[in-house]
Amino acid sequence: MSFLANIFARRQQSSSVAKDRLQILLAHERGAGGETGESDLIRQLHKEIMEVIARHVAVDQDKVQIKVDRGSGCSMLEIDVEVPQELSGKRAS
Amino acid sequence: MAKVLVVTSGKGGVGKTTSTAALGAALAQSGQNVVVVDFDVGLRNLDLVMGAERRVVFDLINVVQGDARLSQALIRDKRCETLSILPASQTRDKDALTSEGVARVMDELREKFDWVICDSPAGIERGAQLAMYHADTAVIVTNPEVSSVRDSDRIIGLLDSKTKKAEQGEKVDKHLLLTRYDPARAARKEMLSVEDVLEILSIPLLGIVPESEDVLKSSNVGAPVTLAAPTSLPARAYFEAARRLNGEKLEVSVPVEKRGFLDWLFKRDA
Repeated sequence: MSFLANIFARRQQSSSVAKDRLQILLAHERGAGGETGESDLIRQLHKEIMEVIARHVAVDQDKVQIKVDRGSGCSMLEIDVEVPQELSGKRAS
Repeated sequence: MAKVLVVTSGKGGVGKTTSTAALGAALAQSGQNVVVVDFDVGLRNLDLVMGAERRVVFDLINVVQGDARLSQALIRDKRCETLSILPASQTRDKDALTSEGVARVMDELREKFDWVICDSPAGIERGAQLAMYHADTAVIVTNPEVSSVRDSDRIIGLLDSKTKKAEQGEKVDKHLLLTRYDPARAARKEMLSVEDVLEILSIPLLGIVPESEDVLKSSNVGAPVTLAAPTSLPARAYFEAARRLNGEKLEVSVPVEKRGFLDWLFKRDA
């Protein structure tokens, strides 16, 4: 049953998968369009954060959302990691 | 005061030319003088969608290079006398469009018309940048689909940096036109919803044009959908979008067909 529910849920969610993927991608691309120094920093941050997470938990790359909100005074780096329940106790290596 | 509007998208095939023709005809039917300008040099199609393909004598490049006067190249629509088209060249190289030449033609068009609607080529290269450079307002045509949304985001970035307004420290008015929208699929979460796209692109919504057979039927016969099928759902969406461009405050709704059972049973169309 849960297998069926899984397939069903996945299919229903395809638009939210699209939205999440776009939001992650555009956060990078918007950065890349701006000052190159800052965008390099964000790219580096993203890469290293992903590496650290992958070392401890096996999460789908799509389940990690990194958003950069740029304000005039300060910028906010928002990291949202969704850990699947069955994997939350398991170590990747 | 004339307004220059660019219809752009980055991605090809999302409905720029269809939307240019439909918005142009909708604005012209409200009595304003409208010219639609095809910037897609080498791949012109606006003339074909507007049903003017056999009346093209001179084109934008002829005017830019001074080989023809603007009045010789403009084609007046036979169905709507306030609507004109300035076709692109099909044979010439796109490098024949100089920025000075385009600037001169745009100034001349501003004097003659209330609305100058520029149909941008796909891509982000020179042609697309020339089409957007003089714009006061931009309509970004987007399909509820990942590649289209990504390209629209890129185009929004260009509108904020590579236009005359941006160079002067001003902003181009940007509007989102969501086309080929299927409310039923969006409701089933199989398609990005209006809210999803708005949240990602964060520019104001000009209209939602539903996926419809009427769009293809109209281009088959060479007429903007707002002239060929003015009561159809896409035409109604374009008419409302045109009113919003004129500054009217109308709430944007997802267009749905309101038909009774008998209408449905006996519906016959071309």
